[in-house]
Amino acid sequence: MQRNPQLNEHGELQHLLSIEGLPREILLKILDTAESFAGVTERDIKKVPLLRGKSVFNLFFEGSTRTRTTFEIAAKRLSADVINLNVAVSSTYKGESLLDTVANLSAMQADIFVVRHGSSGAPFLVARHVKPHEHVINAGDGRHAHPTQGLLDLYTIRHYKKDFGALTVAIVGDVLHSRVARSLIHGLTTFGVPEVRVIGPQTLIPAGAAALGVRVCHSMREGLKGADVVVMLRLQNERMSGALLPSAQEFNKHYGMTAEKLALAKADAIVMHPGPMNRGVEIDSAVADGPHSVILPQVTFGIAVRMAVMSMVVGGA
Amino acid sequence: MASLPDVEQLCERLARELAARVGPTTAMIGIHTGGAWVAGRLHAALGLKEPLGLLDIAFYRDDYAKQGLAKDPKRSKIPFAVEGKDLLLVDDVLHTGRTVRAAINELFDYGRPASIALVVLAERDGRQLPICAQHAGAKIKVPAGMRLRLKRDDQGGLRLEFVHAA
Repeated sequence: MQRNPQLNEHGELQHLLSIEGLPREILLKILDTAESFAGVTERDIKKVPLLRGKSVFNLFFEGSTRTRTTFEIAAKRLSADVINLNVAVSSTYKGESLLDTVANLSAMQADIFVVRHGSSGAPFLVARHVKPHEHVINAGDGRHAHPTQGLLDLYTIRHYKKDFGALTVAIVGDVLHSRVARSLIHGLTTFGVPEVRVIGPQTLIPAGAAALGVRVCHSMREGLKGADVVVMLRLQNERMSGALLPSAQEFNKHYGMTAEKLALAKADAIVMHPGPMNRGVEIDSAVADGPHSVILPQVTFGIAVRMAVMSMVVGGA
Repeated sequence: MASLPDVEQLCERLARELAARVGPTTAMIGIHTGGAWVAGRLHAALGLKEPLGLLDIAFYRDDYAKQGLAKDPKRSKIPFAVEGKDLLLVDDVLHTGRTVRAAINELFDYGRPASIALVVLAERDGRQLPICAQHAGAKIKVPAGMRLRLKRDDQGGLRLEFVHAA
């Protein structure tokens, strides 16, 4: 049997490439470790010396503000040195291959590569070619996975709902293009969430979604009923080719989250969104800024979760 | 093997000793896990004004590169401002001094205390750093190849015991 590329020979986290395929104990350890780091971020000096002398290379072949920034803050709070490379506008543009870029950075003594790439699987390719002391963290690859976002979503859900055992989670919108949705679904099923629903128009739900262990709903009325957690996805205009949708207005009318539709979910439901939000498309301001929204706490939790992941891959935990 | 002293008696003796130095700026911090148990006893006995602080030094260890993170890092909780306090830092057993080094480093990331005094239930030989306890309940000779540790039973009772060093 081929070894899980994310784990070392002792079954410890070596790279974080996808939530899929990670045992429950590892996911739980990440969330618990993040919990202790959350304490650090509440102090005056929000820094611990754990990764002193280590170098983290943020390698973003695709644009990002929030994810790149929170990785940078997380690394700095662990006392690592952070180097941000906006590769989208540098070497690749000049024709350098992904592996050559990585080999060059490795020659500059890297310890962690945080990789975002438009092609699904790119971080796996990098992980196969790095030296044993180097670690790869997937910060989003194509439509495939965005594990740290999935983990911070799980952290947020656990923070507000305490237990995964009896939850109904509804994921709404453009599931087809969403690596966030895929990562979260794998996490939720690993933790045994009994009911995970995806809601969206047929054109934006991947064929075979049911095989992931989710219930597919095409109406908000059906999908939101009794939900404890509602995860809104961004309508990814930049990844859409062809006529998947008549218009953003049409989408808003049927699947945009309004206070009225949210009333279908449980009274204490939380609303999440990975950002960036298209207000007035997938989510109305009344909901985004309303009492059910935990969208900004998600961002804060993301720092602690990324600190946990970085310290665990380096520490072989 | 020599019998080990009774933990409750050691705690009572330490509390009597510490009572003399308690003032308006005194606060106590226990180091997870054993130190926190001892600190719980001492804090109650002394009736300190500030709630007990707890420190997990996992993120400040110097053997992180070799050992990785502890199995189950706890969250440090210091429910008072460290700035200007006279701190009683409590641990169970003082051995190499590395835990105390890490704890002092962590404390300074919360603020600048007026002073820190180290209080331990028991001290043994084997110091690797220039660190000593201001208050030690007992000095215990540990046989070669053994480790001294504090154990808590299901009823919350504490006792010292020798175990084989891993």
